[in-house]
Amino acid sequence: MNTRLSTRLSNWFGYASPATFYPLAGKMIPWFWALAAVFGILGLYISFFVAPTDAQQGEGYRIIFIHVPASWMSMFIYLVMAFWAALGLGFNTRLSGMMATSLAPTGALMAFLSLWTGALWGKPMWGTWWVWDARLTSELILFFLYIGFIALQSAIDDPRRADKAGAVLALVGVVNIPIIYFSVKWWNTLHQGASVSLTRSPSMAQTMLLGMLLMALAFWMYAIAVSLTRVRAIILERERHAGWVEELSEVQS
Amino acid sequence: MSAPAGQRPAGSTLGVPQEGAANSTERAQSANTRHPLPREGGRGDGGLANEPSLLAALSAVIRRDLLLAMRRKSDVLTTLFFFIIVVSLFPLGIGPEMAMLRQIAPGVLWVAALLATMLSLNRLFAADHADGTLEQMALSAVPLGVLVTGKVIAHWLLSGLPLALLAPVLGLQFDLASGSLAVLVVSLLIGTPVLSLIGAVGAALTLGVRGGGVLVSLLVLPLYVPVLIFGAGAVEADLTGLGATAHLSLLAAFLALAAFFGPWATTVALRIALE
Amino acid sequence: MNWGSASEFFAMGGHAFYVWGSFGACALLMLVEPILAKKRRSQALIELKREIRANQDSQDETTS
Repeated sequence: MNTRLSTRLSNWFGYASPATFYPLAGKMIPWFWALAAVFGILGLYISFFVAPTDAQQGEGYRIIFIHVPASWMSMFIYLVMAFWAALGLGFNTRLSGMMATSLAPTGALMAFLSLWTGALWGKPMWGTWWVWDARLTSELILFFLYIGFIALQSAIDDPRRADKAGAVLALVGVVNIPIIYFSVKWWNTLHQGASVSLTRSPSMAQTMLLGMLLMALAFWMYAIAVSLTRVRAIILERERHAGWVEELSEVQS
Repeated sequence: MSAPAGQRPAGSTLGVPQEGAANSTERAQSANTRHPLPREGGRGDGGLANEPSLLAALSAVIRRDLLLAMRRKSDVLTTLFFFIIVVSLFPLGIGPEMAMLRQIAPGVLWVAALLATMLSLNRLFAADHADGTLEQMALSAVPLGVLVTGKVIAHWLLSGLPLALLAPVLGLQFDLASGSLAVLVVSLLIGTPVLSLIGAVGAALTLGVRGGGVLVSLLVLPLYVPVLIFGAGAVEADLTGLGATAHLSLLAAFLALAAFFGPWATTVALRIALE
Repeated sequence: MNWGSASEFFAMGGHAFYVWGSFGACALLMLVEPILAKKRRSQALIELKREIRANQDSQDETTS
């Protein structure tokens, strides 16, 4: 019944079946790599050569050009992951679960990068590697949520059950993330912890915003490219016994 | 309602040997006492009789779980002693300076309560899963969500409620004033049901999964953060004279949210685990 | 242009360790992750081919 339902749905969603998506993803990957490179080069140029030295923080503030995009992407990827997971849970499509599984490591990487760069930024700015700043703390909890998702999925052998259990966890997490964020923020203001404030002239804020946006786009394109690469591997692993896999040119050669 | 209660094995708990075989027959028997109940829904005439029978099923599940726990008191007591020991370790690790202890008391008590609740999560569904009762529940006429709610309430009565009642005694170790002790109890009374509700989702997700015990802590602890912040925050706000009302009302809001979404998510997770 | 010379650029106004530590870690991880993902796919392909060959061999044996 499941397979009949999923084939019917694959007609609705067009590319929702792994067999059509696998070659399509293969064609898309190089384009996303190219976009990531273009945005990355432009963003790096702005962050190192156009954006002027900060009056208060010197050159150390340039870390913001990867710290902020990594934080944005870590949150955004969790949302996308939960979206695919919900789709998989609701419509029983195989591909959505694979997409969620494939996005999780990239999201965890972004969360880790955000924490790493946050620590390296905090040391020269605040004098410590770690401050219990609201944003850093919620980023840490988001990292834990990613680790929990990955650990749960890898502990379950049956991929279908792993997909669904992961989906429930991702959805519970998505409901919780705003609550966690606001409670951490409340906690932080009550304890008068450090808060990140960058004071600078308005013209500088513009170039900074442009640099961060370009870097965020580069990270976004990178995340798409790498998760598509991974989802292709997952498709091959799971659809091993499907007829279409054996007819692929890379399998034949 | 009184008939199934009468069928329950009425042997005094003192005389019952704590052995696996004896225990499993008891489990089976008390599972049977629950079994006739779902049919009451079908027997009832029309929609009017439906609601009382759901409540009956709910209370039957709660009573069954409490009865089973009474047969195995050690499980409940272990969790409680874990709580006591963890809380008592902190002064030994930090030093007996009362001013410092007063300051860390809310956090220590709440973190210990969190860990104790988490330790008890495994027994929420594991035994019922092992002997097939859970599958019967999933197939019964009563919605699984109602039965899950009953199990969560029983879990709270056995883990959260004793913790909350024990907390003031431990608070005395930390030299908390009586006003703060009252706030501590109230915050635990509101907060621990949230812990049970969220924990149930984690317990259902890791049901029958290898390494489930450690895994459940990985899944559930990050989600406990808001409860910890506002639970410990309530006591701390009282200590600093700010008043704990805001914290407690936010905790109550979490409880409402968790009570709404928790059983539903747990039901979905259980159905996935039982597939 | 903010930098008078290359050495000034690499010194980052005294924050070289922090700035290059962040950008370096970022570059390294973003290099390693795609390599691992590609490796996973090629590994899956190798196993697939082995499986198919094994199937063909067993079919050949039964027919001959």
